[in-house]
Amino acid sequence: MNMLTRRVLIAAAVLAFASPAVAQDKSIVVASTTSTQDSGLFGHILPMFKAKTGIDVKVVAQGTGQALDTARRGDADVVFVHAKPAEEKFVSEGFGVKRYPVMYNDFILIGPKSDPAGIKGSKDIVAALSAIKAKGSDFISRGDKSGTHQAELNLWKVAGVDIAKDKGPWYKEIGQGMGAALNTASASNAYVLADRGTWLSFKNRGDLVIAVEGDKRLFNQYGVMLVSPEKHPSVKKDLGQQLIDWLVSSEGQKAIADYKINGEQLFYPNASDSGA
Amino acid sequence: MRAPSSELPIEFDGVTVAAGGVTILDNIALTLAPGAPTVLIGPNGSGKSTLLRVAMGLLLPSRGRITWGGLEHVPPLKRAIVFQRPAMLRRSAAANIRFALRAAGIPRADHARRTDELLELVGLPGLADRAARRLSGGEQQRLALARALARDPSVLFLDEPTASLDPVATKAVEDIMRAVSERNIKVVMATHDFGEARRLAGEVVMLHRGRIVEAGAAASFFDAPRTLEARAFLAGELLI
Amino acid sequence: MDQDVTALQLVLSGDPALFAIVRLSLYVSLSAVALAALIGIPLGALIALTNFRGRQGVIVMLNALMGLPPVVVGLAVYLALSRSGPLGSFGLLFTPGAMIVAQTVLVTPIIAALTRQTIEDLWIEYRDELTAMNLGPFGRVAALIWDARFSLVTALLAGFGRAAAEVGAIIIVGGNIEGFTRTMTTAIALETSKGDLPLAVGLGLVLIGIVIAVNALAWTARRAGERLAG
Repeated sequence: MNMLTRRVLIAAAVLAFASPAVAQDKSIVVASTTSTQDSGLFGHILPMFKAKTGIDVKVVAQGTGQALDTARRGDADVVFVHAKPAEEKFVSEGFGVKRYPVMYNDFILIGPKSDPAGIKGSKDIVAALSAIKAKGSDFISRGDKSGTHQAELNLWKVAGVDIAKDKGPWYKEIGQGMGAALNTASASNAYVLADRGTWLSFKNRGDLVIAVEGDKRLFNQYGVMLVSPEKHPSVKKDLGQQLIDWLVSSEGQKAIADYKINGEQLFYPNASDSGA
Repeated sequence: MRAPSSELPIEFDGVTVAAGGVTILDNIALTLAPGAPTVLIGPNGSGKSTLLRVAMGLLLPSRGRITWGGLEHVPPLKRAIVFQRPAMLRRSAAANIRFALRAAGIPRADHARRTDELLELVGLPGLADRAARRLSGGEQQRLALARALARDPSVLFLDEPTASLDPVATKAVEDIMRAVSERNIKVVMATHDFGEARRLAGEVVMLHRGRIVEAGAAASFFDAPRTLEARAFLAGELLI
Repeated sequence: MDQDVTALQLVLSGDPALFAIVRLSLYVSLSAVALAALIGIPLGALIALTNFRGRQGVIVMLNALMGLPPVVVGLAVYLALSRSGPLGSFGLLFTPGAMIVAQTVLVTPIIAALTRQTIEDLWIEYRDELTAMNLGPFGRVAALIWDARFSLVTALLAGFGRAAAEVGAIIIVGGNIEGFTRTMTTAIALETSKGDLPLAVGLGLVLIGIVIAVNALAWTARRAGERLAG
């Protein structure tokens, strides 16, 4: 084997086994949702948390259902989602230690500028959904058991619609995240329920505009929980609790409120609201 | 001059090779003794190649036994074989020889010297770094010879080594075989070219349909063949 | 990331975030290929050279496994590496280590199957000579692997191409964590779903560049092999 070959082989071996920066021990895994990740909130507040505590927060962004499943399996230390009934069940089943409310944002109904269901500008989400069903206007559902999906299903129920039975070809379930749903709605000029955060950072709007907003029933509450170290001893409970404590502290709450897109605030901190 | 080897004589005792219902060698009794080259002749399909393989130890007899220097199951440390179409390793000519030297257990320190000697012996000194597979047919055959000689064998088998070569290349190979034989290496060669047999042989063994039909000194075989088959073969007839 | 910057500008300016992603992708896929070679080449050679009951079935299986769907591998490795799974105590899930494991599983059958084919063909050609030289099993395998080196390099490059291009396995077991397990393919998937195309397109250009480079290397290796093979 000649000199060049030998050198190439050594270089390849070194490259292969030299790992990138060794992960610090001070890190935790947070299971959260794609809509929270896509809103850019984490990119804003987590560096502040790291500067203060030195803890590296690794966010695995999945649908709410998957995030809770990941936490149940012990593959995350903290879970941060927006589906209160599911979160309370998580704690009562013993997988979570305690649920802390953190903040809320709101959902908005997005639709085409042409507004085929005639609902643009309304402040009544229930009436709007009934109109969409009545007119058979195209509607995109996330269909992925996420917090947004569950909120959507809940609103159909409040509107008196059994969507599982009464859906027609106008109701399209895509089984993907918020970005994908907005892309699909933009491409097919359909209505879609979205969280404001994802909408504000979404760049591919096409002819879509906000159709309905402001209805109290569109508010979306976020809660954070430490995964139970009794169920999974590998959970980093001290580091995880530090994150939770910071999120509900006045410093963390202010950081959340300060996050803006195009000058608009996205998330409203309400950790002090014990009923949230 | 080499010391008497333990590989010879090679004795075939009632050796039969059969496969798939076909008898390729039929009850062969033969002694390959040190000395002048032994040439196996006979038409295609007469069993020459198979006999060589058995003598080399590549093939086990279905019946009968074969011994080397009186012993059965002797590993082929001091035997070598050159095939009709030798397989060249995908390396340079010199690397092919070095591979054979390594396989034979020759110490690494001697490799360079031995490689040069062998290339010189087979007349390929300038081609050491040429890709072996790009050599001509004749050159490849000579390289195969060099490889075979790398282990300093006491007996060298050759299976129709010049069958696909032109006269010039053929002469080169035959010259090497003579040189080898003069170094006291027993040469056992198969050929269907009886001109070549006449040029090289000390002893001739003629095979037909897996049997030895005639064997003896070259002179008496060619000048006074005893059997019908031998006469017919030497007269150039097709032996069925 | 400034949305007004075009994809090409990102690539040419050496945007650090983009190149961190590229570095991670190369680290994961190259490591996987190295491990897959360590397992696959000896395995392929072994199957090529030994006769055992069910050999043909094993060869068929190996060839079939070359087409393993990445998402299925991702799911299987995810279940295995989860804390609730059998290998959970290694704590590999959602780390580059898990991605390397998943891609190694994907690539090993490719390398093993191609090695098996190459070595078997070569053995048929070299069998008489190597047997006549009284070589033991290690000697034979070493001779065959060395002589097959260009075909084996082509197999490794094929494996690397497969690893670098897939997203299904690594997005499941890696979690697509920003700055930690986000590779070219997972970043493209994410940015596209966010409607943020410049970064996605920029990464796509780099990825295609790498694929072309790998194929050019494979072509060079084949040619070098042909020159030596005569």
